Parts: sequence; structure tokens; C-alpha cells
Amino acid sequence: MKRQGILYCALALLFFCAGARAGTLDEVKARGKLNCGVTQGLAGFSSTDASGNWAGLDVDFCRAVAAAIFDDPSKVNFVPLSSKQRFTALQSGEIDVLSRVSTWTMQNDTALGVNFVGVIYHDGQGLMVRKKLEVQSALELSGAEVCTNTGTTTELNIADFFRSRSMPYKIVAFEKSDEALKAYEAERCDVYSTDASSLSAQRVKLAQSEDHVILPDLISKEPLAPAVRQNDPQWESLVRWTLFALINAEELAVTKANADKLSRADAAPGVRRLLGAEGDYGRAIGLDNDWALKAIRAVGNYGEIFDRNLGQQSPLKIDRGLNRLWNNGGILFAPPVR
Amino acid sequence: MEETGRAARFWIQAALLAAVAALAGWLIFTAWTNIGRLPVHFGLDFLSEPAGFSVLQTLIPFDERSTYGRAFVVGLLNTLLVAAIGVAFATIIGFSVGVARLAPNRLLRAVAAGYVELFRNLPLLLILFFFYFGVLRQLPPPRTGFEFGGAFLNNRGLFLPDPQGGGWFLVAALALFAAALVLKSRWRVLAGVGAAGALMAAVAMTHIVWPEPRGLSVFGGLRLIPELMALVAALAIYTAAYIAEIVRAGTQSVARGQGQAAAALGLTGLQAMRFVVLPQALRLVVPPLTSQYLNLTKNSSLAVAIAYPDLVSIFAGTTLAQTGQAVEIMALTMGVYLTLSLATAALLNWQNARMRA
Repeated sequence: MKRQGILYCALALLFFCAGARAGTLDEVKARGKLNCGVTQGLAGFSSTDASGNWAGLDVDFCRAVAAAIFDDPSKVNFVPLSSKQRFTALQSGEIDVLSRVSTWTMQNDTALGVNFVGVIYHDGQGLMVRKKLEVQSALELSGAEVCTNTGTTTELNIADFFRSRSMPYKIVAFEKSDEALKAYEAERCDVYSTDASSLSAQRVKLAQSEDHVILPDLISKEPLAPAVRQNDPQWESLVRWTLFALINAEELAVTKANADKLSRADAAPGVRRLLGAEGDYGRAIGLDNDWALKAIRAVGNYGEIFDRNLGQQSPLKIDRGLNRLWNNGGILFAPPVR
Repeated sequence: MEETGRAARFWIQAALLAAVAALAGWLIFTAWTNIGRLPVHFGLDFLSEPAGFSVLQTLIPFDERSTYGRAFVVGLLNTLLVAAIGVAFATIIGFSVGVARLAPNRLLRAVAAGYVELFRNLPLLLILFFFYFGVLRQLPPPRTGFEFGGAFLNNRGLFLPDPQGGGWFLVAALALFAAALVLKSRWRVLAGVGAAGALMAAVAMTHIVWPEPRGLSVFGGLRLIPELMALVAALAIYTAAYIAEIVRAGTQSVARGQGQAAAALGLTGLQAMRFVVLPQALRLVVPPLTSQYLNLTKNSSLAVAIAYPDLVSIFAGTTLAQTGQAVEIMALTMGVYLTLSLATAALLNWQNARMRA
């Protein structure tokens, strides 16, 4: 009994001593693994398959960061987090990168001690209703009860939307989105609401999915972005530029398949800079100059990652919409490597 | 020898206490400096910021312009509401089942035993989901819901005619009625008459707001949301199984001769139970009963699973996610449960001491 007590004391001490830390990159290198915070399961972004392997857009981003550091995309420790836990886990150092469909808002960016590195998916909040309600637009939902899950920007967006149009409403907020969907299916609510990207995935789960329709209105801007702790600018740059490298790779037509060849060939100067054949861009973020090559070789460019997890090659078949490149009708725009 | 031993023991104890105090102080100091190093603003000023969200059920007025501090109170009141109703039902069901387990009728005994074994051995969260989703699915949507005598029942809840206006007279009537139960002779009569008068005044002043189906739902009237009903039912039924066992154990621990003596005096079985056995059993029942009341209150935090807006859901959920003030919010929430538990325990300990005196 007494020995157990001593053990607990020692554990408590460890917990409280963990505050002092070296640079995040050194820690990650010493650990040999990147700790990456993801969702507890959201198809297309981060979810596990039958054999327990993680897949998704957010997952592949962490794999890209790991590949840039270790030249090995498997050196990632995925930590599933609820929306309630996510920022605390990042602040306390439990994870190095939060890649978990988190909305880049001013509050999240400034008041929580975390910084967002750049938008990885431009999303918006959508609404799903039963077809038999014969509703054409969100403006006809006066008096509706809305099922959603708690702990995200969703509740606030619903409140803003209905309030600014002086429409009465009730919000029924569940801890988990699966229960919210079940309650909507049992007709507890008139509306089910979440980010548009996950709305189509959730609709497929309904028994009679053709009886439900996703309204065309998006009631909010949801720029989803990976985040890091505020106190390590070098690490922040490393994660940010990994994201930019993936987007630039698509723009420069560098793919998983041709990256190696392009890095050796006499390619365009932009490509050579990106892949480390020219210039000294890796050093400033503490990596080798071919860091981007390693990342692209491992997971492909942004377009490939999108198609594989969310787009035409995935069961979700989400249109790229806003997430097309800026020169292709979208708003995806990464600063150049130079 | 005896003296030196005592002195040595004293110093050992003192040294241990000092060590524990030093450790605690050091832990608090380290936590404090580490918190200071995090780039997060600490403090309780966020409580006066507007919350921006709305809540499904509020006992005090609350809208999107209200503050996080008010959201805290709304959540607290919702928790207290569930706990109070839950404790009342759990006690009634628990005592009935407990007494039924000792009934002479074999069928009654078997049913009571089955109840206890079934609900004591199922996880509470499963019972909660069963009541919520199981019952919700059976209920019709608002347009085709049941109507009886101006009340409506559908999957949006139970909508009752809402008597308004005579509230304070009703409270006075209840208080006087309670007084009449406690007081003796002349005072009892006086309180009884007062209660009747207050009740009549309340009825005279009351006007009833009837619920009215309109658009997507039913508006007006007193609404009991399905989340509240499911949570109360699950908590009461689950806790009642434990209370039944406590009551049975307490009753069985009363010497058998007491019941036989009561029978010999010509008391019926129920009378013997009411006047002889239960009063003695209660002295044993109250302490473990207290733990069950506390458990029920704490278990009510499962509410968040079925969207009942209790303290954990509104404050340690939505407010935490929006403000990110995790340490303050968790400390406040734990403080609330601790205070509730200690207050309940103190009340029942006082009652227990009074009963023993």
C-alpha cells in the first residue's frame, strides 16, 4: 500500500516536471515518432480501416510531415482526440501537430496558445432535412429543432444563422455525432447539421438515405487547418511549409510517381527549388534540402491526397469545389518556395 | 517507555505531515509556473463574456446574448432538476421494490428480485440509450402525435397545459401543508386551513397556457423534453435497484421478534412494516442511501450522451470548447459536484444523527 503511494507521488512529479522542453523538432527526432492528433473517426479525414490502419486527408498530412523529417511516413503516432480535448492535448505537449478538422477562427488562433499553419480544406456548415418537409432553402426552417454535436463551432453557427434571421429554433447537442444522427433519424429533430464535407458521409449511414436531402445553403465558413503550439516558430514553419509544398507540388505537376525522377532531371527552376535540387531551403526549418521530395514521394501532392481520401477515388466522391487550385477555379493558393 | 514512545510517534507524524504539506506546496507551485509559461490567458473573466449559443431547456431566461456565467447557472439548475426528480422517483420505486422483495406473495417477490437483478447488472449508459432511442423511436412525430385533454405527446416531448400566475400561493400552500404534517394539535389545524386558503387563492389567480401545435412543432405550454424524461427514467430505475437492496437488507436486519410481536399485538402485515419494522430499519438504511443519492447526482453527468443540457454538457462541453479555459472550467465543474455531494452527505448525516439520538 505504502509503496503504491510512493509510486503515485513519483508519477505526479513526472507529470508536473514535463513543462520544460527543448525544440519540438529535436524532441520528435529523439522520440523517433511524430505525435499527431486526429479525430476519433471521420471518414475521409481520419478514420481506421478494418485492420486498424489510419487513413484520410488529415492522416496523410501527418504522414507527409513525418516523411519530411524521417523519410518514413510510417513514423507517426496517431492520437484520437475528441473536439473537447484537442487544444489541451496540443498545449500540453501530448501531440506535436493537431491535424483534426479544426476550424481556423480568431479565437482558436489567438486565445488558445496555438497557431494554425494554413488551410488544408475549405469547408462550410451544411444542413440536412427530410425530403417530406418539402423545404427548398434554409430560410424555411423557422421553428426547427436541430440535432448536432457539441464542442465545435457548429452550435454557434446555428445560433448565428437563426438569430440573425429572427427565426425561432432549438438546438439538441449530443456529445458524439453518431448519436446526433440517430436522434435525427428517429425524427427527434427536423434538421441535422455539421460540416458539409462530413454531411454526405453521414447521410450514407442513414437507413433510407434517399429520403433525406442536403440543402444547398452553407451557413458558415469553415477553413479547416492543422495547428501547432505557439511557442516554437521553427516547428511552425516546418509544418506550414510541408502543407505549402504539397499544394505547390500539385501546381507544378509533381506527383508521387514522378517526384524522384524530376528531382534528378533538368526540370523547371520552381520544381528544382521545391525538390531541393537548387537552393538551401531545408536548413532554415532544420531539415535536409530534399525534405519536400521525401514528403511528396511518400503521400503524393495535395490533389492526389484529396482524390484518394475524399474525391473520385474514394467512396465519398466529394467535388473539389473551393479546394481546387487558384488557377483552376478554386481558392487553394500556396506561397512559392523561393 | 510509554511516554517516549508517544513522543516519537508524535514527531514521526509531524514530520510526515510536514513532508506531505511541502510536497503539496511544491506541486501547486510547479503547476502554477507551468501554467504561467503556457501562452494561454488564465482567469475567470471569460464568465462575463456573451456565450452566443442557445440551450434546449432553461429554468431561467437564457439566450445567445447571455454570458458564460449564466450558462453555468443554467447547466447547474438543469443538473439539480434531474437530480431532484431522479432522487424522488428512485426513492419511491426503490422502497416499493425493497418491501416487495420481502412480501408474503411469491410472485411479487420474484418480480421484485428480477427487477433488482436486471437493472443492477446493466450498465447505466445502456439503460439510458434504451430509454432514449427505444422510446423516441416509438413516439410519432408532432403532426401525428397523441393528444389528450389539451396535452400533446410526440417525439419532441410531452407538452402540458401550463398553469401560470398563482405560483407563490402554490408554494405557500405546499409549505403550509408540509407544516401541517409536522406540527401538532392546534397549530396543525391552523396550518391546514391556511394551506387550503392558499390553494384556493392559487387556483383563482391561475390562468392556463395551452400548448398549441403549429408549424414544425408544438408551441406554448409546459414542455418536458424527451431527454429529461429519458434521463430521469434511466437514473431512477437504475438507482432504485440499489435502493431496493439497501431497504431489504435494512429491513431484514431488524430482529424477527419485532415483527412477530407486532403481529401478536394484532397489527396487520403492512401496519407492522409501517410502524414497527421500517422505523428501525431506517437507521441502518440512511447511510448507504446517502451514497446512492450522491451516485445518482454524479451519474446525471451522462446526460451529455443524449443531449440533455446539464452542467457537463453546457459548461464543461460547449463553453470549454468555445473558450478553451480547460483548467478553470474543469475546476469549477468538479467544485460543483463536490459541493453537491458534500451538502447531500451533510444533510443526511444530520438526519441520521437526529434519528439515532
